[in-house]
Amino acid sequence: MVIYGVALLSICLISGLFVGEVLGKIIGVQANVGGVGIAMLLLIFISDVLRKRSRLTEVSQRGVVFWSAIYIPVVVAMAAKQNVLGAIKGGPAALLAGALAVAVCFAFVPVISRIGGERASLSEDKPAGDDR
Amino acid sequence: MTGALEVLEAVLIKNGLITAFAVVGTTVWFSYFLSDRLTRGRLHGSAIAILIGLAAAYMGGLVTGGEKGIADIPIFAGIGFMGGAMLRDFAIVATAFGVRMDEIKKAGAAGTVSLLVGVTASFVVGAIVAYVFGYTDPISMTTIGAGAATYIVGPVTGTAIGATSEVVALSIAAGLVKSMLVMTGTPFVARHIGLDNPRAAMVFGGLMGTTSGVAGGLAATDPKLVPYGAMTATFYTGLGCLLGPSVLYFAVRALVG
Repeated sequence: MVIYGVALLSICLISGLFVGEVLGKIIGVQANVGGVGIAMLLLIFISDVLRKRSRLTEVSQRGVVFWSAIYIPVVVAMAAKQNVLGAIKGGPAALLAGALAVAVCFAFVPVISRIGGERASLSEDKPAGDDR
Repeated sequence: MTGALEVLEAVLIKNGLITAFAVVGTTVWFSYFLSDRLTRGRLHGSAIAILIGLAAAYMGGLVTGGEKGIADIPIFAGIGFMGGAMLRDFAIVATAFGVRMDEIKKAGAAGTVSLLVGVTASFVVGAIVAYVFGYTDPISMTTIGAGAATYIVGPVTGTAIGATSEVVALSIAAGLVKSMLVMTGTPFVARHIGLDNPRAAMVFGGLMGTTSGVAGGLAATDPKLVPYGAMTATFYTGLGCLLGPSVLYFAVRALVG
């Protein structure tokens, strides 16, 4: 049944958020530490086990697949409820701090992506400056 | 006639979430139409939809003076619920369905490094900008630096170390700017920074950290990458709240205090 998939998803999210809250309390920060990420790992792990035992029917899976497909519309709604005016009203200091932080982090993506990956060994094989 | 409009308004308000589905669905359809006709698919439909969403949020802010964008207008209140943390997290977790575990294991080390570098880099940039704009005391520098991490890390840090409300507001604004730039800018820079595989997506999520920014930015770039980016991004705010009022604050105080 479709609700089985939806329930599985819900149980994963609730469990993950719970663990995230507890982690936050333990290390003493006022934030949920990785709750959504833990929920994702739970979902990956549990659905894998269920699938191997053929306990996750096609119909049950639809209960999860629907929500993953509704993700983009949810993000659009999320964009529409942002405090855009607040961001702009922050003035040049806020604009510059935010913009420069984004620029610097974008630049780090290719650098850190090389850590521990095959891409690193590939580029090491090439002579330096080859891709310039 | 005005009677009919009032009745319609009442129906829309009473069924807020359903109204949101209709409005957002229409917006997405219109965005894909524009993407097809005007940009021949070069600018992703979801990127356009997110831009329309942000523009609507700006209008909502202008009209109502509130903080929840278009959702402050009663007939659009359902959009606030649809785009709120609960459904957002629910949908994000669902995207993990079908993710390959070995991809995540392979990028584990890079993902962890990206989190540390991401928080520190944003913090340093934010704190330097704060200094340049005359916020030279360590508390203000730390708070604004933390805001450049995410708009949650900023106020949490600021409250913990006793920043003024003006500085806290500034830190939130810096975080909001970051989140929106990540949402809108990612599809344009994706190709230049090699953001086309799960590993890079995990690194990207760890570096950027803003869950809404990463969620929107990756959705507009390639929806297949969303779960990988979201996975690391979700640890960022917690890490930032941990480092901001402690290690990073002490470091700033040692440097300028």
